[in-house]
Amino acid sequence: MWEYSDKLKELFLNPKNAGEIENPDAVGEVGNITCGDALKLTLRIDKNTNKILDAKFQTFGCASAIASSSALTELIIGKTIEEAEKITNKDIADYLGGLPKEKMHCSVMGKEALEAAIANYRGEKKQPYEEEKIICHCFGVSEEKIRKVALENHLTTVDEITFFTKAGGGCGACIKDIEELLKKIWSIKPAPQKIYPTKKLSNLQKIAMIQDIIENDIRPKLQADGGDLELIDIEGNKVIVSLRAQCTSCPMSNVTLEDIENKLKELVSPDIIVETT
Amino acid sequence: MKPIYLDNNATTAIAPEVYEAMQPYLTELYGNPSSMHTFGGQIYRKIQEARAQVSKLIGAEPEEIIFTSCGTESDNSAIMSALRVFPQKKHIITTKVEHPAVLNLCKHLSRRGYRVTFIPVDNLGKLDIDFLFKSLDEDTAIVSIMYANNETGVIFPIREIGYVLKERKILFHTDAVQAVGKIPINLQELPVDMLSLSGHKLHAPKGVGALYVRKGVRFSPFIIGGHQENGRRGGTENVASIIAIGKACELAEKHITYESSYLSKLRNKLENSLIEKCPDARINGDRENRLPNTTNISFEFVEGEAILLNLDSYGICASSGSACTSGSLEPSHVLRAMGVPFTAIHGSIRFSLSRYTTEEEIDKVIEVMPKIIKSLRELSPYGKKKESKCY
Repeated sequence: MWEYSDKLKELFLNPKNAGEIENPDAVGEVGNITCGDALKLTLRIDKNTNKILDAKFQTFGCASAIASSSALTELIIGKTIEEAEKITNKDIADYLGGLPKEKMHCSVMGKEALEAAIANYRGEKKQPYEEEKIICHCFGVSEEKIRKVALENHLTTVDEITFFTKAGGGCGACIKDIEELLKKIWSIKPAPQKIYPTKKLSNLQKIAMIQDIIENDIRPKLQADGGDLELIDIEGNKVIVSLRAQCTSCPMSNVTLEDIENKLKELVSPDIIVETT
Repeated sequence: MKPIYLDNNATTAIAPEVYEAMQPYLTELYGNPSSMHTFGGQIYRKIQEARAQVSKLIGAEPEEIIFTSCGTESDNSAIMSALRVFPQKKHIITTKVEHPAVLNLCKHLSRRGYRVTFIPVDNLGKLDIDFLFKSLDEDTAIVSIMYANNETGVIFPIREIGYVLKERKILFHTDAVQAVGKIPINLQELPVDMLSLSGHKLHAPKGVGALYVRKGVRFSPFIIGGHQENGRRGGTENVASIIAIGKACELAEKHITYESSYLSKLRNKLENSLIEKCPDARINGDRENRLPNTTNISFEFVEGEAILLNLDSYGICASSGSACTSGSLEPSHVLRAMGVPFTAIHGSIRFSLSRYTTEEEIDKVIEVMPKIIKSLRELSPYGKKKESKCY
């Protein structure tokens, strides 16, 4: 038996805002019946103020899925789209007085339905399913989703990924892939709390940023393991580095370079290539 | 409030007679049956009495009964013994719908160099016997087939399988944990080499089970230690619980005929009424060959855990094959093996009755269940439309 909070049980037995808004201004649908839970969120939005006037849900799922859906609607009614966008799956779980860790995916489903509804309101097209790289085929979980949820909730183990996204909870064939992905996500941790701009960068800004990441983030990490590297040059998107100390003889140096490249791709620009002298 | 307990395939209430019989051995009669004094020695006689009671229920000889700590230990002992007795044989046959006590052991062994064949079942949960017979070969060390399925109650043709295996001289074990005490079993006429049973499924306490090993069948102990159980299972006896399981078997034997007709009558009333009152509901499993106390019903488009928690608010205890109840995210392997659509597995509910179930309790379930299903369907995005695509 799950350890459900009283708040959760109350919202499950007497959910608020259950149903469907007729001619809604936004619809968000996530999940499917095969996976065991699904949520359809419909919103009434004031087009002038972007304020969410009403929200209703229909949920197929367990008690925590139904309670999470109810919590979501209560959290967003009265907020503007911009305010609602900031709500995280943790906010939903907190509203319920916490969720059993195995059930965190219910709060993630709520957050996803909200995102889908907001995208729908803004007329954004959802990325076609086939283009995403699916990691868990049992539950149709993409690499992108795992990455996002892992970063948002600071998840570091496969179990945690399963609890939050269901990925890996089916046949288990993708557990190795999840491990690899986690290694990629956390191999070189971003400098604490530094926020890099997402706007297009000038060349000068780009160089400064790459220097900053290599000096303050990558090198200390390598040095801790007896290695080192030096930034030689930056030509356009090509970052040229030279391996130093133990890195020169390390059989894993290819992986290290790949990690650095991925890190720079993620934080600076997706076109970055890292090469050694 | 006394719960309406319809989850007897999970565990049962200890019968008052059983409790009474075991009580002295938890208090004043604490002697060790191996001791060389009357205080302990008298306990040994009680254990032998319990052994006789258990053997009588299943038509065995007392020497053929080994007391264990649970059904899982009995299952593990039987299979591991076969593998030790025939070290050159590396093939095991079992079914896709076994209890984890057998299924996960076999999966574990398949990663340790053994070849395991998992026999499939059809839509009604009936075993593909031809597949089983075709899978037999010289390398087969043991065939382990459950007597009756815990989730659906479907009974397998143990006798028919047993005759073939006897002729082929292949060891045959059956996990009869759900069957013993619910349907008559007579090992004098049943060609089975080893049979597992568990105390807490037949109104004895948890923590005690038994393994029947037919006379003449070689057995290699699973727990090695003292000379208890004739050297076949080390460890000081769980005296009170052994006495309890003996008493529980005696009670079961006395009442088995009456009980099975009483239970099937109540069970049929429950399932027929629910199917009639709830649209889009279906029975999982072969209605012809089932334990009298079990029904497994799928309510489409709703999720099992949500149903269970609603039932719980009325004090009704049942269980579900839904993924959300297992903690593993995987819905019931039994219903999946039967090809039950996912839409129906998630909404599957098992009711399992016992001799203590009353008609008033069944009527209460018949009263509240349609309301619960209706309200959950109203919440569900699938409540009104029919999803045709499911696999």
